[in-house]
Amino acid sequence: MHELAITQSVVDAVVEKLDGADVRTLTLEIGRLSGVVPDSVRFCFELVSAGTVLEGATLTIVEPPGAGACRSCGDEFTMEDAFPLCPCGSADVEVTAGRQLKIRSVEVH
Amino acid sequence: MCATCGCSDESGVTVTDLDAPARAHPHDHPPGSERDHDHDHVREHDRKTDIHQDRLIQLEQQVLAKNDMLAERNRGWLDARETLAINLMSSPGSGKTTLLERTIRDTGDDLSISVIEGDQATFLDADRIKATGCRVVQVNTGAGCHLDADMVRRALRTLDPPIGSVVVVENVGNLVCPALFDLGETARVVVMSVTEGADKPLKYPHMFRTADLVLLNKVDLLPYVDFDVTAFATAVRNLKPDAAICEVSATKGDGMDAWYDWLRGQMGDNRVK
Repeated sequence: MHELAITQSVVDAVVEKLDGADVRTLTLEIGRLSGVVPDSVRFCFELVSAGTVLEGATLTIVEPPGAGACRSCGDEFTMEDAFPLCPCGSADVEVTAGRQLKIRSVEVH
Repeated sequence: MCATCGCSDESGVTVTDLDAPARAHPHDHPPGSERDHDHDHVREHDRKTDIHQDRLIQLEQQVLAKNDMLAERNRGWLDARETLAINLMSSPGSGKTTLLERTIRDTGDDLSISVIEGDQATFLDADRIKATGCRVVQVNTGAGCHLDADMVRRALRTLDPPIGSVVVVENVGNLVCPALFDLGETARVVVMSVTEGADKPLKYPHMFRTADLVLLNKVDLLPYVDFDVTAFATAVRNLKPDAAICEVSATKGDGMDAWYDWLRGQMGDNRVK
């Protein structure tokens, strides 16, 4: 359940950046290959944000899809799961998207 | 709250020096360490946005920015000491501690090893490592399922490894969560035992895709279990094409020399002992 620690990091970072303003919405970017489960983050968010400027805020999670570039054939392709396997059969793949784990923005009162 | 320094420990994480006289006070305050005891609060006031002017505030910040920053500090601290740090990860019961016990005994002549033990609770593993004569610090994470860079920072200061040595960080037994947290290690080693099944790399891809070395342990049990070594190696290489794989038995000693050679190779010219 690393999502609890991840969510705590998010709340800590936002609280530190905002001088006490109430947050209305928080937008996160959690790539589909990041190894973080958005539903678990949503579950933890209410708990972790209680008593902070984020309490009651709407959590929006954007989930960018995965993408890879094959070092063998040069092809670029979308990745549905964490296995870097090119349609050509090569596993020598650079993951170019989908591992994002970012705090994108907040909307404050 | 700690009565010595006033620091709060709400997360329940404790760092314990197994060579300290008593275990009552869970973290050390060695003389002259005040500068270290800054808790590394990230101060970025200059980047704070004026909230009274903007309603939508773009933060564009990495979620793990603080952990990654502390990990880089650990890496720099270790580099300055020419010290190799190995992040040793596996599921519970794969044989990490047994592997370490044998490694410490077998390489004592040319490698100086000290250990940071990570477990949710107890000093059991640290006591086993200490019995080998090795310096060891135990981190108990409480409810935590992984070590993070700040826990390792605190443990490294307590451990105080000698220059040119090897620090092995035995992470909390877990094939999921530790994969995401950079500790400042030089290399990542994943231990897996043949009793766990050859499909584990497929089931836990995040752990195996960052491994520099995979140690397949308990190979002495291969005649008694249904484990396809070739399928396992293929699964690992599909996730990490350049991962090294060593087949070992930490109890019987099979294949351990290849692991020691890998370790010595990582040390390179930093070896002084």
